Amino acid sequence: MIKMKPDTPILAKISARNVNVFYGDKQAINDVSIDVWVDQVTALIGPSGCGKSTFLRTLNRMNDTIPIARTDGDIRLDGEDIYAPAMDVVQLRARVGMVFQKPNPFPKSIYENVAYGPRIHGLASSRQQLDTVVEQSLRRAGLWDEVKDRLSESGTALSGGQQQRLCIARAIAVDPEVILMDEPCSALDPIATAKIEELIQALKGRYAIVIVTHNMQQAARVSQRTAFFHLGSLVEYGATSDIFTNPRQERTKDYITGRYG
Amino acid sequence: MVDHTVTAFDDDLSELRGLIAQMGGLAERAIVEAMEALKRHDLEAAEAIIAGDKQIDALEMQVERLAVQLIALRAPLANDLREVVAALKIAGVIERVGDYAKNIARRIAAIEDHGDIEPLSVLPAMAVLASTMVHDVLDAYAARDPEAAIRVVESDRAVDDFYNSLFRVLVTYMMENPASIGQVAHLLFIAKNLERVGDHATNIAEMVYYAATGIHMGERERGASLSA
Repeated sequence: MIKMKPDTPILAKISARNVNVFYGDKQAINDVSIDVWVDQVTALIGPSGCGKSTFLRTLNRMNDTIPIARTDGDIRLDGEDIYAPAMDVVQLRARVGMVFQKPNPFPKSIYENVAYGPRIHGLASSRQQLDTVVEQSLRRAGLWDEVKDRLSESGTALSGGQQQRLCIARAIAVDPEVILMDEPCSALDPIATAKIEELIQALKGRYAIVIVTHNMQQAARVSQRTAFFHLGSLVEYGATSDIFTNPRQERTKDYITGRYG
Repeated sequence: MVDHTVTAFDDDLSELRGLIAQMGGLAERAIVEAMEALKRHDLEAAEAIIAGDKQIDALEMQVERLAVQLIALRAPLANDLREVVAALKIAGVIERVGDYAKNIARRIAAIEDHGDIEPLSVLPAMAVLASTMVHDVLDAYAARDPEAAIRVVESDRAVDDFYNSLFRVLVTYMMENPASIGQVAHLLFIAKNLERVGDHATNIAEMVYYAATGIHMGERERGASLSA
């Protein structure tokens, strides 16, 4: 059982309690409780199949799209139950955005990729306002200077790293509160990875960020809090600096030092 | 401890530990031999000790190179990281212990006729204590044993007591025999060197403790020696 240590005085942005996820008969997540905060990047690490991505996807109800998946427990966004019947899932996913492993821009122009969300959510009332949102989002994603002269070109024509930053700009454009990232750099080269990591640092504070990564060094570099998952359970959750220098649990230690079976 | 999935990682760590053990063994022996040479006034042995210190210095460089390489290529974490950092620091401290042995050896030539200097009989006992601390702390390092590290820290008090009493005796001796001041001052420095060896063994013990547990041993109460 993991004891939560509320070591920051501010309220958690997302508070998950006793979360279980089942795929049919198989239990993928077992009684996980975690808080994430706005001013901290939270990294979820663990071996393949440990449930970290599954858990990440419970935070904006992406598992709802899998018919055999069933989630129970209590997940609150600013105290609001995101699994409540009254919760508008489309609205939820605007508030809790997601960036995937492989960049997945729409086969549309760079501009349209970013403008799409604000438009359908009615966040811009004029073309001028939409232009502002697009520019601001691309700037925050660190992409503006590279694409400002070719906004009408296709998003898929960009390099992998640029596409990923475009996807981040797209997530930012609807003014989310939380950004979930599922191995956002696994398809990128080290320079593109460094740019994304730098971007994560810049976005921290404005958004709560939860990142799943297989790259332990990346978790150590970008996050302030790290959660180690194993076999569907949360083994250890604490300050990243503690987890990587002095983990409390034997299983965490074995995993991060490369001794895991 | 469970082995790493990448076995070459374990090989590198074993090599690092081997180098530290080798360095420590040389430094410990240099202290003992310096004291033997002092007793016998054996200038040849003293020269050998001075020359032998180069080997300790070379090993320190080897530890440094391997540790940097290990950090760069293996990106050690948690207890592995603490161990590599500890090895790096411990090598530096052992090098200092070697320097103290060398310093003692250098003074032997200056202390010619010491047969009648009574306090000299206490120095070898102090040297045994200090070199035993070095020996024991290396055992604690090899066994990753935090309890043994604490015992080493505790034994430093005895070395400090030796030094404090020697200090008083030697100062008294100098006052009574002004002609001997030059030689006895050397003996005083030798006692001080041995006292520092004990302190260094204590530092190593603290590093061993931290590497093994991830917790700092805490500020130890050092025997305040006003005479130092």
